[in-house]
Amino acid sequence: MASKYNSLLLSKFGQSGAAFSFALITLAEANPSIVVLSSDMSTPAGLDKFKKTYPDRFFNVGIAEQNLIGVAAGLASEGWIPIVVAQACFLSMRSFEQVRQFCGYMGYPIIICGIGAGFGLQFMGNTHYSIEDIGVLRTIPNMTVISPADALECCMALEKAITYRKPVYIRFTDKMGCPVVYKDGCDYEIGVANELREGGEVQLIATGSLVDIALKVAEALGQEGVSTSVIDMHTIKPFDGCKVNKNAKIIATIEEHTIINGLGAAVTEYLSTGQNKTTLLRFGVSDKFSEVGDYSYLLEQHGLTAENVFSTIMKELL
Amino acid sequence: MELDRTKKEAKQIRRDIIDMTHAVGTHGAHIGGSLSAVEIFATLYFNILKYDKANMTAEDRDRFILSKGHAAMTLYATLHRVGIVTDEDIKTFKGNGSKFANHPYMYPEKGVEFSTGSLGHGLSLGVGTALALRHKGNTSSKVYVYQGDGECDEGSVWEAAMSASHYCLDNLILIVDRNKIQLDGFTEDIMSQKTICERFRSFGWDVINIDGHDIDDIYNKITSGLANQKGPLAFIANTTKGKGVSFIENRYEWHIGTLNDKLYNQAIEELENEANQ
Repeated sequence: MASKYNSLLLSKFGQSGAAFSFALITLAEANPSIVVLSSDMSTPAGLDKFKKTYPDRFFNVGIAEQNLIGVAAGLASEGWIPIVVAQACFLSMRSFEQVRQFCGYMGYPIIICGIGAGFGLQFMGNTHYSIEDIGVLRTIPNMTVISPADALECCMALEKAITYRKPVYIRFTDKMGCPVVYKDGCDYEIGVANELREGGEVQLIATGSLVDIALKVAEALGQEGVSTSVIDMHTIKPFDGCKVNKNAKIIATIEEHTIINGLGAAVTEYLSTGQNKTTLLRFGVSDKFSEVGDYSYLLEQHGLTAENVFSTIMKELL
Repeated sequence: MELDRTKKEAKQIRRDIIDMTHAVGTHGAHIGGSLSAVEIFATLYFNILKYDKANMTAEDRDRFILSKGHAAMTLYATLHRVGIVTDEDIKTFKGNGSKFANHPYMYPEKGVEFSTGSLGHGLSLGVGTALALRHKGNTSSKVYVYQGDGECDEGSVWEAAMSASHYCLDNLILIVDRNKIQLDGFTEDIMSQKTICERFRSFGWDVINIDGHDIDDIYNKITSGLANQKGPLAFIANTTKGKGVSFIENRYEWHIGTLNDKLYNQAIEELENEANQ
């Protein structure tokens, strides 16, 4: 579908740059109830333009993630629509309890944006990688957890989150110059996965920046005569189980997140609810901390490359 | 001012807390920290806080955040005396499915603004609420946060304290229930809070000490503080945990306590003797 967003341009800015430097400005103009908060991460997140345009609608609490969520909840209680922006690792873990109490338990519709999710912070090292955020946050009742596939989908997710009026966590993966999945726009609804490619024998269910890898793997498998579908599971919670092909010979989940309790676990949980003949292969970050390196090095360490996913599935099919 | 009435209401609030604790039997209740808050709640709700009994969510109300959520009995009892929480509501305290639980459940129509109980959260909520009110041009409503002294162990309290003075929140009032006892013992043995006044001052707050059981002192100091408020304002209320019941006063074992019939009768007798003096 035609989109008001230019996907190629947006990808140059990365997921968070696209969402906050472009989409947010338009959304804030249309809705004066939107306020933005950050814990000293506004410039890296791409919020400088928003701060300049709407200085009285931006609140910086300094390096204090727990206070960040509490202040956002106070604002939400008085009718404002808070968008909170900080590093995914600290938002999801340092202030996990505040997210649980104020968003999950009290239901305040705060939009929590975790930038640098997965390995996006590269050489910052393990203290800054966010490979647990999906896992910890989806355990919270009433929480919606979203991981958009590309910069354009990030903008769509932010737009929908504002009118959704429930607590939402959006994780922003990859970096500037991120791959484009939706060249010409997309139909986007929270909780409704997108099927990007049809097929039957193998189903690849991916989320976030690794949807791009899933598409490459599907292409390669197709050339081997393996009919492969690809699902962009942008919303991990609530989980769109009806898109899971229980008749596939193999389902592979692909996520820039620990294989424990993330997308793969969500699919496992769904598959366990009925009879199926499917082999589930879960590709994700292994249950160990990483050797620090650049983005490609980190993904390779955990087998999160098109080549490895392809060859593993081929072996399984033989 | 109606301080004589306030004093009578305080006695009844204390009675209600003891009745509620007795009613829940061996489940026990946070009686110590509830009793230390009585006079302050009575003074606030019968003289200072702005609210409309017919509409507890009115925009022009003051906001009251019970950060020390385990003093929920004091809140319920006070709202009961004001006429917002009913007799039937109070009878459901700590019952299965009750909205009147050990810690407050968000029930704005009944004057319970937030679900609290996890210590260290309320002041952040207060900062956010104060910012929100200012942002929408509500210059008449104030935000009150009631917090424990042990609660000041939590780092999140100090994050909020910093932001309150950074944003010059002259519509934010903190009251610290300085009863010097926390669950494991006396605060000075567990994690000293003796510099609490200096600490809030150094974080940019104005700080006023009050006698937390002297209604005249509470009323005079709070109203005077409000009249001169230029930024975030903290009242350190010197209180006694378990105030009003001799076998509970200053006993950390009574952070959570159970009242069997014998202890209940003894407590009631003490209250009645006090009332008759």
